[in-house]
Amino acid sequence: MSLADEIQKVARRYPESKSAILPALRLAQEEYGWLSREAIEEVGEALDLTPAYCMSVASFYDLFNFEPIGRHTIEVCTNVCCGLVNAQAVLESFERELDIAPGETTADGEITLRAVECLGGCSTPTIVAIDQRYRQSVTPEDVPAILEELRNV
Amino acid sequence: MSEALVLGGAEETPLRDLASYRAVGGYAQLLKARAMPPQEVIALLIESNLRGRGGAFFPTGRKASFIPSPEKVAKPIYITVNADESEPGTFKDREIMLRVPHRLVEGCLIAAHAIQSNFVFIYIRGEYSTEYDVLQSAVDEANAAGLLGAVKILVHRGAGAYICGEETALLSSLEGERGQPRSKPPFPAIEGLYAAPTLINNVETITTIPVVLEVGPAEYAQIGAPPDSTGTRLFCLSGNVARPGVYELPHGLTTRHLIEDIGGGVPDGRSLKAVMMGGSSFPVMTPDDLDTKLDANSLGQKGYFIGSGVVCVLDDRTCMVQFALRVGQFYMHESCGKCTPCRVGTRWLVQMLRAVENGTASESDFDLALDVCDRIIGKCLCVLGDSDAMIVASCVTKFRDEFHAHLEHGGCPFGHDSSLDGLFAPSDQHAAHEVVV
Ligand SMILES: Cc1cc2nc3c(=O)[nH]c(=O)nc-3n(C[C@H](O)[C@H](O)[C@H](O)COP(=O)(O)O)c2cc1C
Ligand code: SF4
Repeated sequence: MSLADEIQKVARRYPESKSAILPALRLAQEEYGWLSREAIEEVGEALDLTPAYCMSVASFYDLFNFEPIGRHTIEVCTNVCCGLVNAQAVLESFERELDIAPGETTADGEITLRAVECLGGCSTPTIVAIDQRYRQSVTPEDVPAILEELRNV
Repeated sequence: MSEALVLGGAEETPLRDLASYRAVGGYAQLLKARAMPPQEVIALLIESNLRGRGGAFFPTGRKASFIPSPEKVAKPIYITVNADESEPGTFKDREIMLRVPHRLVEGCLIAAHAIQSNFVFIYIRGEYSTEYDVLQSAVDEANAAGLLGAVKILVHRGAGAYICGEETALLSSLEGERGQPRSKPPFPAIEGLYAAPTLINNVETITTIPVVLEVGPAEYAQIGAPPDSTGTRLFCLSGNVARPGVYELPHGLTTRHLIEDIGGGVPDGRSLKAVMMGGSSFPVMTPDDLDTKLDANSLGQKGYFIGSGVVCVLDDRTCMVQFALRVGQFYMHESCGKCTPCRVGTRWLVQMLRAVENGTASESDFDLALDVCDRIIGKCLCVLGDSDAMIVASCVTKFRDEFHAHLEHGGCPFGHDSSLDGLFAPSDQHAAHEVVV
């Protein structure tokens, strides 16, 4: 199924098709990895909305990427609950091992590192979302093994 | 845990599939409810005095009673379940969706019967992937088993915006707009989604509905701290505590009991300095109030809020300026930008707190910060700005000596020993917000 068909299929589940803009943007991002101008135009076309409108909505939300990102994403919770029990050290460990700062992607295009707000897993700090799946109770010592694992996927 | 009702049956293993949920009596309450006239279900909810678990503690039955009956409106009636769960320190709705997804579905269907709605949206925060999968498969399974009847349940994924948990912002987002709050009135019960009557409730609230029917409204109203804080609550215990977790307990136990007896107290021989109580949107609790009971009235008498059930423990290694700063950065980033006091005030507070942390503030800045808080509270469309102002003001007021010590010391008196030292706000997001002065 083409992306446009997929979007329209989702849109039919809603009373009004404009409601499908978040699922549509998500589908486009899954397809291309990020939301280029062309991807935004494709979403607009499928939902009968202008690209400018789609961009104004997309830019409100944190989960959309407007530039290419790595093949994998690592998102470390750095809100206070994880922070009280050492999220900083986990983030620093990723920074050191990857030699990039949060918000950056490794030169080989493999991994994007981010610091993010509370992920809702505060009883098992530090929470790290790896390709959008939560890892619980991550410690700085776990970092090399996680990266090893990702590089082999 | 004998107290578990909402998580009942799932204490050891999650009840993810229909068969396991049926084995603990699942969907029996739906049959019971469907055999009653809708108004009777609302009357039961009113009798139980179940109140909203999303933060505002509004009586659930009363809210449902505001929804006009279908013959009085030319539009469909909608239910939107708030599964946006983004309040820092809150992780209970996630537990519900992972452990008793069918109880949430059953609650949705009972609520749909009560207000005669045929369309339920569950708005789940975009970061919850596994939770989405588990919930969606429960919905599919219930649908395949014919349990939905004429009701459609659509699980809608958000895309990362704390403000979308605010009910009117959630509606904007669900309609395909930027997730910005709307002014009330009109209230969603009258003009909500697509300008049609809409009931909005938190995941835990909806999941408690089958429980109320099962134990009986009169009996439910006796659990906890009646008459106002009835039933159980999923407390989210985290931070510097030996056994963090989601604990379902009746309202009315003391904060100390939860932290010390259930949570095993503060580890490493440290002492408790403060509690982030209710969520990051409310005043912090100081140790002298630890014997306050965890119910809305007892907390309210001391100026606290039960919020979304957050109890996050801060030990004596925590620099309260860093704490306020990091919380302030969160609100600065999440402000939707619609109201000036919130958009600008959240930025000012971050700048001021940074100056305190760096030792470049002056004594008069503390009062200035409190003044900024005053100029936010009650002056905006929603309470996001108020939330920031309340927690920051509580830190400045209750820990003024520590704030002062930063000035004396020309910087953070903790050196690099605070447990929050170096805590990193999302860089790519925050760099754009902070104005360098
Ligand atoms: C900034 C902000 C964020 C909120 N986030 C949530 C949330 O994530 N989940 C939630 O259930 N309620 C949240 N609320 C409260 C909702 O506006 C609303 O009161 C609640 O969903 C009603 O459900 P209840 O009556 O069952 O508690 C938030 C409120 C504000 C002001
Ligand atoms: S108070 Fe803040 S978050 Fe709420 S509507 Fe106004 S600007 Fe937006």
